[in-house]
Amino acid sequence: MHAYITSIGLISPQETAGNRFSFDLTYENAPLLRCIEPDYKQLIPPLQLRRMSRILKMGLGAAQICLKNTENLQPDAILVGTGLACINELETFMLSMLENGEQGLSSIPFINSSHNTVAAQISRMLHNHGYNSTYCHRGASFESALTDALMLLNEKNAEHVLLGGIDEYSKQYHLMLQKLGHAAVGGEGAAFFLLSRVPAGKVFARVTAVRTCYKPAADFIDTFLSAHHLHNDDIDTVLCGVNGNMQDDRIYDHPAERIFRRDTQWASYKHLCGEYTTSGSFALALAACSLLDGRFPASCILRNPRRPQRILIYNHYHRLNYSLTVVETVR
Amino acid sequence: MKVFITGMGIITAIGAGADETLSALKSGRSGIGGIRRFDTVHRHIPVGEVKQSNEELCDLLKLPTVGRYYSRTALLGLMAARQAMRSSHSVTPVRRVALVNATTTGGMDYHEMHYRKLSSDDIHAQEMELLDCAGGTHLIAETLGITDNVTTVSTACSSSANAILTGVRMIRNGLADKVLAGGSDAITRFTLNGFNTLEILSPTGCRPFDAHRNGLTLGEGAAYVVLEPEKTALPDDVLCVVSGYANVSEAYHQTSSSPDGKGAAMVIRQALSVAALSPDDIDCIHAHGTGTQVNDLSEGRAVETVFRNQIPPLSSAKGCIGHTLAAAGSAGAVVSVLSLGEQLLFPNTGFNHPMPELSFQPNTLLRKATVNHVLSNSFGFGGSNTSLIFSRY
Repeated sequence: MHAYITSIGLISPQETAGNRFSFDLTYENAPLLRCIEPDYKQLIPPLQLRRMSRILKMGLGAAQICLKNTENLQPDAILVGTGLACINELETFMLSMLENGEQGLSSIPFINSSHNTVAAQISRMLHNHGYNSTYCHRGASFESALTDALMLLNEKNAEHVLLGGIDEYSKQYHLMLQKLGHAAVGGEGAAFFLLSRVPAGKVFARVTAVRTCYKPAADFIDTFLSAHHLHNDDIDTVLCGVNGNMQDDRIYDHPAERIFRRDTQWASYKHLCGEYTTSGSFALALAACSLLDGRFPASCILRNPRRPQRILIYNHYHRLNYSLTVVETVR
Repeated sequence: MKVFITGMGIITAIGAGADETLSALKSGRSGIGGIRRFDTVHRHIPVGEVKQSNEELCDLLKLPTVGRYYSRTALLGLMAARQAMRSSHSVTPVRRVALVNATTTGGMDYHEMHYRKLSSDDIHAQEMELLDCAGGTHLIAETLGITDNVTTVSTACSSSANAILTGVRMIRNGLADKVLAGGSDAITRFTLNGFNTLEILSPTGCRPFDAHRNGLTLGEGAAYVVLEPEKTALPDDVLCVVSGYANVSEAYHQTSSSPDGKGAAMVIRQALSVAALSPDDIDCIHAHGTGTQVNDLSEGRAVETVFRNQIPPLSSAKGCIGHTLAAAGSAGAVVSVLSLGEQLLFPNTGFNHPMPELSFQPNTLLRKATVNHVLSNSFGFGGSNTSLIFSRY
């Protein structure tokens, strides 16, 4: 199974919402990374825009940026991975329900709290009747949606799949995480990809494998590599999800010491987008752009800088949801 | 490659397990009644509650309770998921077992009941597990020892139909050797109030496809199926084949379906095409049939569009169990399997008066019939339409 990344639309804490992505470090030592949002009026009909929640604007905006680069191609399927989905709308409705004794509630936050809101509204905006699904599995949401996208292309049921990973910062949720010692810089983002079955137009890179695991066995990376007929030295770069939390980051020591060669390039990305449940989608955008550019941005390289050819994105969320994604150059 | 259902589990307002469910469906006994489990100003609105309390569920599941916290959605999910896994035995040791769960409420029932505590410094690390859709899935995975491809689908009321569809495709694409797929949702104050703001909750108990239908009735529950490919399924376990499946987006409105049922007709046709069946091969339809003005007209018109003047017997189980949201699609799968296994057509509870707009009325009697292929529909917010076809093997 594989997919060619033929377009990317990215709204992130970096200057990435335009035509040219810049992964230059915009913030340093910020306690929290919020998205630099584009002028949505250029992307979404103003009448619809007024009633939209922020996550919906981010999702529709990033999807539009992605499709604009393809001359508004109509995808055969729309897939979204979102860990916490419309958590702020959910919070609004719940709080209003609890504080007002279940009286006089507005239906708007309830409607907008449905987890599939972003994927469903993209289909409405595009008048798209294709396959439409949403995965909400915390740290494995985006990779679950990516798995489904690869299946659709493999089944030849789709030529082009619009795939997105999206999560919005929630103050309430972030405070809970901090109280419980999950200290990491919070983040958010919306990353959309057009995945194509055959290479056409501008091709960033090719995704060749993805796997998600829940509390996996110690040898799951070896199992994954051998299942895809890959040897440890076929991977020249590991783009890992270090987030500055010592307990979380210790996870990456084992593969660095035991699995991959000493001269493997190691890179990181969460200093650019913060920690959030679908940060893997930002990582995939960064990996795809770095394969095209032939190098990672300087701030990302942890050791052994080299020209990346085949990248393993290795991330975990709170040591529960693990994911592995292989993305490689097409040149 | 054929994908079989080799096990199933269910818990709803009409009982736990296939046997209790079957006997209630046969008698048309409804599980709908008053709200007993939580305080609400909307006490007059009937719902389909599962009889067991959270404590009783923990007891039945032998879960540790000291210093542990569970959402009701997760407990219901584990009850049905465990039944499903226990009822399926594989020939050879199966290597890759996946879990595709579905929910719309996640840990919301716990969240709304303990909102203050969760916002305070007293929050316990494990309670963080109860705040999203993944927490209940993790409990099921952990308890049943599943680690590979553990995920959660959330597409509103079609969620678990999509979980089954994804599970079947995982097997067909060689990503898993066995998949536990289904969904779970508890009744929460959040959903009760949410649907109430839309003014679509029935004050009397839902009456699918009735001219005087007055809204949906929330139910709660969970239902799961075990999916396996032909090569590893134990012949004695095979309950049916999942022969057809399709997912389309109606792209019509954020919360309601089109009056002409365009999206529903599209998805039914696509599912028939995947199954390589024609409309007259379908022996009965397990309808989404929520009892709202909009759904039943839209679904009814779609059925007329596809089946024309040969409309198969159709019924919705929601008059008995209510609308179990994310569990509705997988509950529909279990009802369909029971229909195939027993060669029975179940009555559509709550129906009295035919809809003037439609040329047909639902099946109201328990009947013996030859049932080879069952169509099961699930339609959700955002125009998320999914149809599944289950066939006798």
